[in-house]
Amino acid sequence: MKTLAIILLSAMLTDNFVLAKFMGICPFLGVSKKLDSATGMGIAVTFVMICATIVTYPIHHGILVPNGLEYFDTVVFILVIALFVQMVEIALKKLLPPLYKSLGVYLPLITTNCAVLGVTVLNIDNGYSFVNSIVNALGGGLGFMLALVIFSGVRRKLEYADIPDTFKGVPATLIAASIVSVSFMGFSGLFS
Amino acid sequence: MAENKTSLGKELGKGIIKENPTLVMLLGMCPTLAVTTQAANGIGMGLATTFVLLGSNIVISALRKIIPDKVRIPAFIVIIASFVTLIGFLLEGFVPVLYDSLGIYLSLITVNCIIFGRAEMFASKNGIAASACDAIGMGLGFTLALFLMGSVREIIGSGTWMTGIGKMLGIGWDGVTIPVISENPMLLFIMPAGGFFTLGVIIAMVNKIANKKPPQEIECGSCENCPMSGKCDKTEGEQA
Repeated sequence: MKTLAIILLSAMLTDNFVLAKFMGICPFLGVSKKLDSATGMGIAVTFVMICATIVTYPIHHGILVPNGLEYFDTVVFILVIALFVQMVEIALKKLLPPLYKSLGVYLPLITTNCAVLGVTVLNIDNGYSFVNSIVNALGGGLGFMLALVIFSGVRRKLEYADIPDTFKGVPATLIAASIVSVSFMGFSGLFS
Repeated sequence: MAENKTSLGKELGKGIIKENPTLVMLLGMCPTLAVTTQAANGIGMGLATTFVLLGSNIVISALRKIIPDKVRIPAFIVIIASFVTLIGFLLEGFVPVLYDSLGIYLSLITVNCIIFGRAEMFASKNGIAASACDAIGMGLGFTLALFLMGSVREIIGSGTWMTGIGKMLGIGWDGVTIPVISENPMLLFIMPAGGFFTLGVIIAMVNKIANKKPPQEIECGSCENCPMSGKCDKTEGEQA
């Protein structure tokens, strides 16, 4: 139980996927303008991460390793992820059309979100058990959502700030992200 | 024939500066931020990505008439992932130092937006030679951006430059140590926060230079909606 809590919290805070490992920067910069689309994106990514972990873990340990085909990891994992993203897309289109619209092009791009492929590969690399992998995926997804939600608040303030012309747009956003990242450094050493 | 050559040259050149994938088109941010704690790592990552980009662009361009439009995205992803697996093997065998230092980000080349973007925007519409030139240009532009990021972060953050290059290439020269900074390095710059900050400042500088470069070619029109009105010394109505 204690290990699970440590895995969950460290994936969420100390090793935050966006702010400490730089995975999933594109949606982080693209979708964080509004709070509700940030939350929606966070939930969608968390869902895909957990589903992908549940499927890729048995594939890796049950099919690829016994046959000596570990090097097919990347190819197989990315196909599984693409499948789940397609499913989420269809589900959102039917169930939550407003959210579907506001996520726009970033929804199919979850496939190419490094955080999702990253979490499945990390689970294998770290030698986690099945339960630990799922908890790691959950923590990673929640951490991604946390970063997006916090940052959407920062960006709202940023819109009213008086920024030098050269820094307007992406540069200012990146520097704001740098400051948010500094605040997450405060968590380091929490679980060591 | 001469015209053909110049257009290939254009495809090659555009990726390096004008349409630099990282600094101008803002693609592939994750590896740009993640592996650039050292300049040598930046070069390694850039070249590995260039290899994958070149391979996938050539194959996708060759198969562009065979792959049905509806399944093109999964097809592209499988082609790209295969090349990533290949470069993984090559690096593990020949440059194990780089393989270890890139770690998980090596398999994440699969989801680098630059590669997918070039496949979708360029290779699926153009011939093999043009796609190959496009891939080399974009790859070198990416490498250049990573090298720049890595140099800034390594010099300020650790007070060295190009450490690790000797082991990577198997040569004697192993970077330089910068005297004053290496005694008091600003550790923040090799931490995640410094990555965001450095990239922000570099993109701002690129914006500044890109806006400044062609001042004569801009059709001014009215100064009312002009973003440059604050710095422009022309008056209303006077056109370039």
